[in-house]
Amino acid sequence: MRRSRTLVSLIALSFVLSACGSSSSDSGSDSSAQGQEGVLAPYDASKAGGTLTLVAKGAAGTLDPHINYTLQFWQLYQATYDGLLAFRKVDGPKSFETVPDLAEALPELSDGGKTLTFTLRKGIKFSDGREVTVNDVKASFERIFKVSSPTAGGFYNGIVGADACLAKPATCKLDQGVIVDPATNKIEIKLTAPDATINYKLSLPHAVILPADAPSKDAGTTPIPTTGPYMFASYDPNKELKMVRNPNFQEWNREAQPAGYPDEIVYQFGLTAEAQVNAIKNGQADWMLDPIPADRLSEIGTELPNQINVHTLTAMWYLPMNTNLAPFNNVKARQAVNYAIDRNAMVKIFGGEQLATPACTFLPPGFPGHKDFCQYTAGASVESPAQSWAAPDIEKAKQLVKESGTAGQKVGIVVSDDEVNKQMGEYLQSVLNQIGYKATLKPISSNIQFTYIQNTKNKVQISVTQWYQDFPAAMDFLYILLGCESFTPGSDSSINMAGYCNKDLNKRMIAAMDLGVTDQAAADKEWGEIDQAIMAEAPVAVAFTPKQIDFLSARVKNYNFSKQFYMLVSQLQVK
Amino acid sequence: MTTHEPAFDLSSESPGKIALRTLVRDRRSWIASSMLLVVVALTLSAPLYASLISKTDPFVSTINGTVVLDGVEVQVLQQSTEGLKLGVNPIGPTWKIGPYFLGADNQGRDVAARLLYGGTNTLLIGFSAAALTLIVATLVGVIAGYSGRIIDSVISRILDVIWAFPVYLLSISLSVVLLTSGFKWGPLSLEAGSLYLPIFIIGLVYVPYVARPIRGQVLALREREFVKAAIGGGAKNSTIIFREILPNVIPSVLVFIPLMVSLAMLTESALSFLSIGVQPPDASWGTIIKDGLGLLYTRPIVALTPGLFIVVTAVALNLLGDAVRDALDPKARLRGAF
Repeated sequence: MRRSRTLVSLIALSFVLSACGSSSSDSGSDSSAQGQEGVLAPYDASKAGGTLTLVAKGAAGTLDPHINYTLQFWQLYQATYDGLLAFRKVDGPKSFETVPDLAEALPELSDGGKTLTFTLRKGIKFSDGREVTVNDVKASFERIFKVSSPTAGGFYNGIVGADACLAKPATCKLDQGVIVDPATNKIEIKLTAPDATINYKLSLPHAVILPADAPSKDAGTTPIPTTGPYMFASYDPNKELKMVRNPNFQEWNREAQPAGYPDEIVYQFGLTAEAQVNAIKNGQADWMLDPIPADRLSEIGTELPNQINVHTLTAMWYLPMNTNLAPFNNVKARQAVNYAIDRNAMVKIFGGEQLATPACTFLPPGFPGHKDFCQYTAGASVESPAQSWAAPDIEKAKQLVKESGTAGQKVGIVVSDDEVNKQMGEYLQSVLNQIGYKATLKPISSNIQFTYIQNTKNKVQISVTQWYQDFPAAMDFLYILLGCESFTPGSDSSINMAGYCNKDLNKRMIAAMDLGVTDQAAADKEWGEIDQAIMAEAPVAVAFTPKQIDFLSARVKNYNFSKQFYMLVSQLQVK
Repeated sequence: MTTHEPAFDLSSESPGKIALRTLVRDRRSWIASSMLLVVVALTLSAPLYASLISKTDPFVSTINGTVVLDGVEVQVLQQSTEGLKLGVNPIGPTWKIGPYFLGADNQGRDVAARLLYGGTNTLLIGFSAAALTLIVATLVGVIAGYSGRIIDSVISRILDVIWAFPVYLLSISLSVVLLTSGFKWGPLSLEAGSLYLPIFIIGLVYVPYVARPIRGQVLALREREFVKAAIGGGAKNSTIIFREILPNVIPSVLVFIPLMVSLAMLTESALSFLSIGVQPPDASWGTIIKDGLGLLYTRPIVALTPGLFIVVTAVALNLLGDAVRDALDPKARLRGAF
């Protein structure tokens, strides 16, 4: 998924979702303030209390967990809503693992992996006092389609009956796909085909369980009752979102849904990034969502190193090139761009070597299926790749442009209008001009750039964009971003922005997904080979893997970073 | 009793000569002209500065570039080395004649060289847009005022419509639309991103502000005896306009020149600051301020220097405008005399 503060709605074919990643903590607060990797410390009631204040430039749109598709609110949903499964809420790589949440255990597979059987825990209550029942579970899965959740078509279309629901969302019934038995609390989810990533998909916020009578439309700013340790008390997108303790919450599985520490969590909106930094420095806020402005990084990193936490993300910044439009319908032109871009320069624009790492592969380092190779660096080639990126090769790029016969052509670069993206665009413009093109820069609003560059009607030749994993599976990068099925000409939901479709490689990707059901290790190895084969055709130029900075106030303790959902908000201690 | 030289001359000299002499005697006009000359000379020296002094291409990103200062090779964009080593800072001002006199921007480009090139664009757009405004406004104002009746009504209503939009709102709207698609109307074609686009847009949005007072002046002139005499004498409309009306309108237009250049320059800077004026890699003072905004804490000079140039130029133009107005306005001189 793409990380964004605004709603990214990718209907039908789309698969996108949001954020996450990281690795072990690269730098950060002192050990007393830091959670222990892989383990969530036992709950310490003496540290509970106080108000945690989060700040951001703006809100993230609807509060509806089945619709909202932003990292900003997904972080909050971790402490408010629950699905049958959840990603383990711990610090470090183990946060990529799924654990039973509202279900008593991980699903029992039968029928060749096409039927998943769960037993719903008893005694769990919504924040309005009603007990969670299997009918709520069935209604929630139907609601995913009724409200046209952005991932309904991408993640949950494998449930039996989903096709009809996608065609007629308002009357969605999953009687054959989600079979429940109130007497035994059993739930059977039937799939049309085995899916190696189904546990991940059931652990995402779009699959959380809501009351059966939740509105069959976008709830907007009206909170829906929660099951987690917090509930939403009020929400004004122009001002503030307030979370208070859910009076009916009792911890049932600490790995899935731990009790929270602050009594209240207040999210204030409307502060510029500069103001957010000042608020945290002055102790008026505890955490900021937006990136620290470039000209404050050095100051913060020097003066307040104990309040900074940096984590590598399983994400990437990359440049999709339209393989169906000149000049990038020529593979040599695309390879030229790959050779020409100075990934170190782009890292510098992003904030320096502590905040990003140059990358060549489509699958980020540390991600399932990742294989080290770099075909487009000085001294390397497609046939004889290096292990990692070293330096650009402008002369080779110029030669490839000349050989491609595309020299002198006009190239439009579309970027978001925020400072970092514009800087990236300006740099890319300079590089393209250097290797023989006539490049122009087109910065457009961050709110629409992501969908704009997907639509073939806009004839975007090259753009700068980012991808943050939805869940830890190679298909979430390669198949979703470069699979033939992800290319829908004329649609805003054509996430394959390069318009790349290699039928042979597409078959290999589908086969790798099938292989993952029975042999994940073999599948991951195949994904690595596919990555290298795709990058040989250079439909994109990968720039770097970003890192996440969390800047906390001096009073905050017990920071834990989940690779899947980033900082665990509810675990921060402010007392 | 003290004696002093009269502030105006009742001799037989032409009004133009009197105005010119008054302007030359006005200290403000000297100060303003000197300031303007310095600014214009500096901006025109941009190519020389880039090739001989800074020895860098101010339109090419050199993010990973290096420069030799005092015999030591340093990175143009330097990674922080303190604390957690977060952030990258462009090289600061060297204050030595040579590369990076005012430091580098986020793309590693020489700020001083861009400042001079940027000034060329800002002044070019300012003067060109002002010229466009004044030519079109004079034409429209004279035609409307002299023709009267339907033509006057139609032109006046069109001007009212344009006037109804705040000038910046209209400029921004037009820029946003034309920036991506360019402008094509008959044989007139302006490419997206062209420098002519801001000239065209700024020149257009200020037309009503000049055309309306000119129209009013022409309406009044039409009722003057010398115009009526010319009409009665059977003179052609074109003759009346060029011989009787225009010479009396020109002084007003002259007063508008510095003011309009100043307004056009400020509008261009505002549009460029919003990324909808001059497009990268070209520079203008507005784009450099925008570039410097993200460096306010570490390299404030990037934003401050173009701001300073804008202020100096705007003040000079306004001072000159006041001086020209006083020189061309007999009533003002009379007020000064008695």
